[in-house]
Amino acid sequence: MTKADLIENVYLTTGFSKKESAEIVEMVFDLMKSTLEDGEKIKIAGFGNFVVKEKASRRGRNPQTGGEIEISARKILTFKPSQVLKAAINQAS
Amino acid sequence: MTKSELIEKLSEEHELLTKKEAEAVINVIFDGIGSALAQGDRVEIRGFGSFSVRERSAREARNPKSGEVVEIASRKTPFFKTGKELRERVDSL
Repeated sequence: MTKADLIENVYLTTGFSKKESAEIVEMVFDLMKSTLEDGEKIKIAGFGNFVVKEKASRRGRNPQTGGEIEISARKILTFKPSQVLKAAINQAS
Repeated sequence: MTKSELIEKLSEEHELLTKKEAEAVINVIFDGIGSALAQGDRVEIRGFGSFSVRERSAREARNPKSGEVVEIASRKTPFFKTGKELRERVDSL
C-alpha cells in the first residue's frame, strides 16, 4: 500500500475529487511531519504514538574496519503501536 | 498532539474541510494503514516512513512473581521505519 491507495480510499469515502483528496492526504502527513520536527509527539488512539527521542552520543565501531568512532548525539523518531493495532495484526492470521 | 488535535488542525488548515470531514479523513487514513498491516501488507508513505509487520519468534520467559517458566508463542508486531526526509527533519533543530 502506498500514499496513492490512501488517497483513493479518501476519494471513495468522502466525495472529494481525486485532486482534493490528494491535497488533503498530503496535508495530513505534512502536519504530522512539522509537529514531529518541532519535537512534539503524536498520539493516535487505536493506532499508536510517534515520539521523538534524544539519543546521547556514544562510542561505536565501524563494522568493516573495527575502528572506534564517535556516534554523535541525535534525535530519532520512534513508533509505539497501540494494543489495539497489535491485537488486530495478530488476529488476522 | 492527539488525534482530535490533528483533526482540528487539519480542518483549520484546509478551507474546504469541516471538522466532521477532517475526522473522516483521519479515520480513513489510519484505519486503512491498520487493515493493510493486518493483512500482512506493507505500507509505504514517501517522505514519512513505512509500516510493516515483523515476526517475533516463540520464546521462553519467566513469570517474575512465581519464577515459573512460561512459553510465549510467536507473534507479529507492527514496525515503523522512519523515512529519509522525516528522519533528517526530526534531527535538524
